[in-house]
Amino acid sequence: MPPRTVTAPHSAVADPSRRRAGTSLWRLRGYLAPYVGSLVVMALSAVGAVAVALAIPLVIRAIIDGPITNGDRSGIWPLGLLALVLGVVEAALILLRRWVQASAVLGLETALRSDLYATLNSLPMAFHSRWQSGQLLSRVTIDLSTIRRFSGFGVLFLVINVVQLVATVAVMLHLYWPLGLVVAVAAVPIIWLSRSFEHRYVVVSRRVQDQQGDVASQVEESALGMRVIRSFGRRDLAFDKYDREASRLFDSSVDKVRLSARFWTFLEIIPNVALALVLLLGAIAAGNESLSPGTLVAFITLMLSLVWPVAALGVILSMAQEAMTAADRVVEVLDTAPAIVGGTRVLERPRGHLRFEGVGFTFPDADRPLLHGVDLDVAPGETVAVVGATGSGKTTLTALVPRLHDVTAGRITVDGVDVRELTLPCLRRVVATAFEEPTLFSMSARENVTLGRPDASEADVREALEVAQAGFVHDLPWGLDTRIGEQGMSLSGGQRQRLALARAVLARPRILVLDDTLSALDVHTEALVETALRAVLRDATGIVVAHRASTVLLADRVALLAGGTITSVGRHSELLATVPAYRELLSADADLAGAAEVA
Amino acid sequence: MSTAHDWRGVAAESQDDFTDRVSLLLRDRSRRLLSSLLRPHRRTLAVVLAVVLVENAARLAIPYLVKVGIDSGIPPMQAGAGSRVLLTVTGVVLVTVLVQAVARQAFLTISGQVGQRVLLELRRRLFRHFQRLSPAFHDRYTSGRVISRMTSDVEAIDEMLDTGFDGLVNAALTLVGTAVLLLVLDLELGLVALGSFPLLLWLSAWFRRESASAYRRTRESVAAVIVHFVETMTGIRAVQAFRREARNEEIFDQVNDDYRLANMRAFRLVGLFMPGIKLIGNVTIAITLVVGAYRAFDGAVSVGVLAAFLIYLRQFFEPMQEISQFYNTFQSAGAALEKLSGVLEEEPDVAEPTVAVPLRDAHGAVRFERVGFCYVEDRPVLRALELDVPAGQTLALVGATGAGKTTVATLMARFYDPTRGRVLLDGIDLRDLSEADLRNAVVLVTQENFVFAGTIADNIRFGRPDATDAEVRAAAEAIGADTFIADLPEGYRTPVESRGGRLSAGQRQLVAFARAFLADPAVLILDEATSSLDVPSERLVQRAMHTILAERTAIIIAHRLSTVEIADRVLVLEDGAVVEDGSPAELVATGGGRYAGLHDAWLESLV
Repeated sequence: MPPRTVTAPHSAVADPSRRRAGTSLWRLRGYLAPYVGSLVVMALSAVGAVAVALAIPLVIRAIIDGPITNGDRSGIWPLGLLALVLGVVEAALILLRRWVQASAVLGLETALRSDLYATLNSLPMAFHSRWQSGQLLSRVTIDLSTIRRFSGFGVLFLVINVVQLVATVAVMLHLYWPLGLVVAVAAVPIIWLSRSFEHRYVVVSRRVQDQQGDVASQVEESALGMRVIRSFGRRDLAFDKYDREASRLFDSSVDKVRLSARFWTFLEIIPNVALALVLLLGAIAAGNESLSPGTLVAFITLMLSLVWPVAALGVILSMAQEAMTAADRVVEVLDTAPAIVGGTRVLERPRGHLRFEGVGFTFPDADRPLLHGVDLDVAPGETVAVVGATGSGKTTLTALVPRLHDVTAGRITVDGVDVRELTLPCLRRVVATAFEEPTLFSMSARENVTLGRPDASEADVREALEVAQAGFVHDLPWGLDTRIGEQGMSLSGGQRQRLALARAVLARPRILVLDDTLSALDVHTEALVETALRAVLRDATGIVVAHRASTVLLADRVALLAGGTITSVGRHSELLATVPAYRELLSADADLAGAAEVA
Repeated sequence: MSTAHDWRGVAAESQDDFTDRVSLLLRDRSRRLLSSLLRPHRRTLAVVLAVVLVENAARLAIPYLVKVGIDSGIPPMQAGAGSRVLLTVTGVVLVTVLVQAVARQAFLTISGQVGQRVLLELRRRLFRHFQRLSPAFHDRYTSGRVISRMTSDVEAIDEMLDTGFDGLVNAALTLVGTAVLLLVLDLELGLVALGSFPLLLWLSAWFRRESASAYRRTRESVAAVIVHFVETMTGIRAVQAFRREARNEEIFDQVNDDYRLANMRAFRLVGLFMPGIKLIGNVTIAITLVVGAYRAFDGAVSVGVLAAFLIYLRQFFEPMQEISQFYNTFQSAGAALEKLSGVLEEEPDVAEPTVAVPLRDAHGAVRFERVGFCYVEDRPVLRALELDVPAGQTLALVGATGAGKTTVATLMARFYDPTRGRVLLDGIDLRDLSEADLRNAVVLVTQENFVFAGTIADNIRFGRPDATDAEVRAAAEAIGADTFIADLPEGYRTPVESRGGRLSAGQRQLVAFARAFLADPAVLILDEATSSLDVPSERLVQRAMHTILAERTAIIIAHRLSTVEIADRVLVLEDGAVVEDGSPAELVATGGGRYAGLHDAWLESLV
């Protein structure tokens, strides 16, 4: 793979017309490299099988013109035996080819899928928020099997069928050239038609593939948003949206059916017309005795042996087109350079000194910066709360530290080193985040919690669960081994948040980011968690996004985020006393007043 | 294998090995689905059948005509009697070819269209059905599997229609037609050629049996790949933040490799089957040749017949060989069909009533009568909850995590049915209401606020699809979402990106809230619906709630007591039972109670 380079914001959907047909597919050839030996065996056995298949009609001719015409009964046996041996050899060669082929093409598909997955894993959040995962899924499944099918079955038969065509025509020309010529001429319209078909087919097939992706996106959305759809009773609305996409796919698929029906029919008709001509001319020649009956029969047998390869050529060509578009779509993803790549430096003993220096951030497609001129210095071991109105950029600010997004201005340093100079594993070991919306995977509770530190001991896990008040895990049917998340036990929002918190705590980061992690907890649990967190935050540098005064109190200092930048930094009581905006945002008085009003 | 799956943890697994009786049952189920899909196209299918018969008759006639050409066309010419017979035969061949062509194109077009229609119908049915199935089913079945059913399984059937159907029909007709013709041409030689039949059938039966299980495994393993893939992509933020990439790739390599192995087995089966057919075919041709030559000596068989025989045998075995190609697609389509028919026969355990009690204008009086509920058997969350909420009351549920608050909310929204007792709206059991009436009257807003692809306005309008732009705006203004929306690049017309990546959690809650407000239900249930809001936004929402909730019943679950304080009445739940019940002021005034304790703790937290 080419070395990755940092590039400016990259357009996700490259213009497909810029690619020359097939270049993407050709670029994937490297994946077949480990199977060169297998490929040679495949090719040799395929060519061998063609040669044998070609020889059988000649044996038939020998029998008709030899023993049958001469009444030589004893001459039949050797020739019959030869036909038998040739038949067995052909079958054996096919067996050999298929056996070898399976491991090669499946190896290709599997390796390509793994690489795609790894690439997608390394692409930044900006990429993932642009691409619907339905589109990505259809690349990893449908497109890859299309490529696999073509690279195994397709390529091979494309070559074999062409070889067989040429060889058979050559043998025919040799047997009786006028008839051979008729057959050769019949091949011309096929080749011409195939080319024009190709052009139209590629358009339809790309459309079908894209629309399959659109349908998949709708499916995904309706599956993930099922509860909201149900709660509002909007099944019909969701269905209509889905049905629009499905109907468009239907229309395109029918276009595709029509186009290929015409083409396949044509491909079958040409050899049959040629057969009629061969019969006519051959019989006339046999009447003039310039052609033996055996040769005529051999000729017709050979002619018919071409029907299948020629017709299959059509299927293979359309397969080739599909594979090329599939390869374009796959390469599109593989070629997306990760906008966020790690540096080379590693912090041996990070202290956790975090500095924002004139940090600004603008979303790629936004015209205004979300954050600008953010300056903040968090000393090792200190905890700073970030407070701001909904949508003021608190979460984005915290996401800049582990480089889930990259700053677009200024820099963030850890122990004086720009985070962009650190390797990603190092940086993300130093920083751990507990997100407000916890993502749990369908894995055991243990695997979920130890996400950031797979080698954690049993005692460490227990301790982290204790801090996060997530002891409920021990009561699950299989304890820590219970599968949770998508495919397992469903947990409440508060339980999920606590597991996510345990995950962040267990990672033992130098810098712990808590992004409003306690929002779904009840007051009691929250108080317990906060007490435990205080101990954790004593040892680590902390960034705490907070909405509530109680959470703010976890921090030594508070930074107020307003209008895209930090306007004030200070202690909670100071800010309450001196900054009206802060009071408005977090004032206990206002809340108390509200409470008193009702009471 | 044991270490390979440790990461997954333990859960009830789907059964993999089927007994004969079960697999028979499965096949039956698939067949029922298939026939219900095909029934509306009976007439068209009859036409397709007629067309395909004509096509195959024409195809099979050609070798016979060749025989006639050789046996009756050549001798007159050798005798100098002209070429009239030969020309006639050639003409007939050309006409036959033309007929075959027309029939073939008609067949491919019509059958292809029917196939796509069936597929569209299947897609529609599946979609509707998944939406109809209860949340309990979806908890169990998970979105990854739903997606896999509706994409890769449907596509397996698409592929079968695309390539397999045509091939199988032709192979079957060629098989029968050729057998008949061989016997007619020469009985003795025909019997020799057909001697290969038992072997052929045995091989096919073996292949069919083996590949059925192989393809089921293929589909199972591809589902695992899809589930893992979708989960990673939807949770990519956590994946990257916790450096999960390497371990994830390891896991993905595992499921990917399982898929490869499953495919390998399937491929190898085909790799045995195809040459097997070829071998039988070639041996049969060799034997026929020898026997035919002997019969030619006796004059029992002409050269033309021998030629026709060899051509027929070729035509006979070629498609048989290709069958294995379609057989792949057939097997995977069959396996997919098994799964899909299974899903389609899954009855929603929260079923709609056959005869619904109509509910015109709901008042919003809610009653829980001795309601018991458990997610897992023998672990009741609610035992015998009694609750009476008069229309228009705002009720707050308070209690520790796991006390059963969310359960009450989901039962009220009929995401689940109570295991005992009943839930009534305006005196009608929820189970007797039609889905449309129920959803018009009751809306649940949870903390998972899914945002759909589309614009902000589309997302709010989800609450009432026929709302005008002005109404959408009014709803957003009412709950104070208009300020942040005005700041977006295109205001209400700003598209939220995939899964709302660009809206903050708080903003998404505001959108969800506006959505619920626009829906204007008689009963509004808010389950932690304001947990991510900052204080000013929450205050705005609370102020709005005074008016929004004035004329409707509301059930509010909130951890923040500031939200609870606006309620008319507070219920404190503990282990699924009501332990305190009264207005917030009363509960605080009595003192010493649980709510009073929470209240004190909250006041302290505000310092």
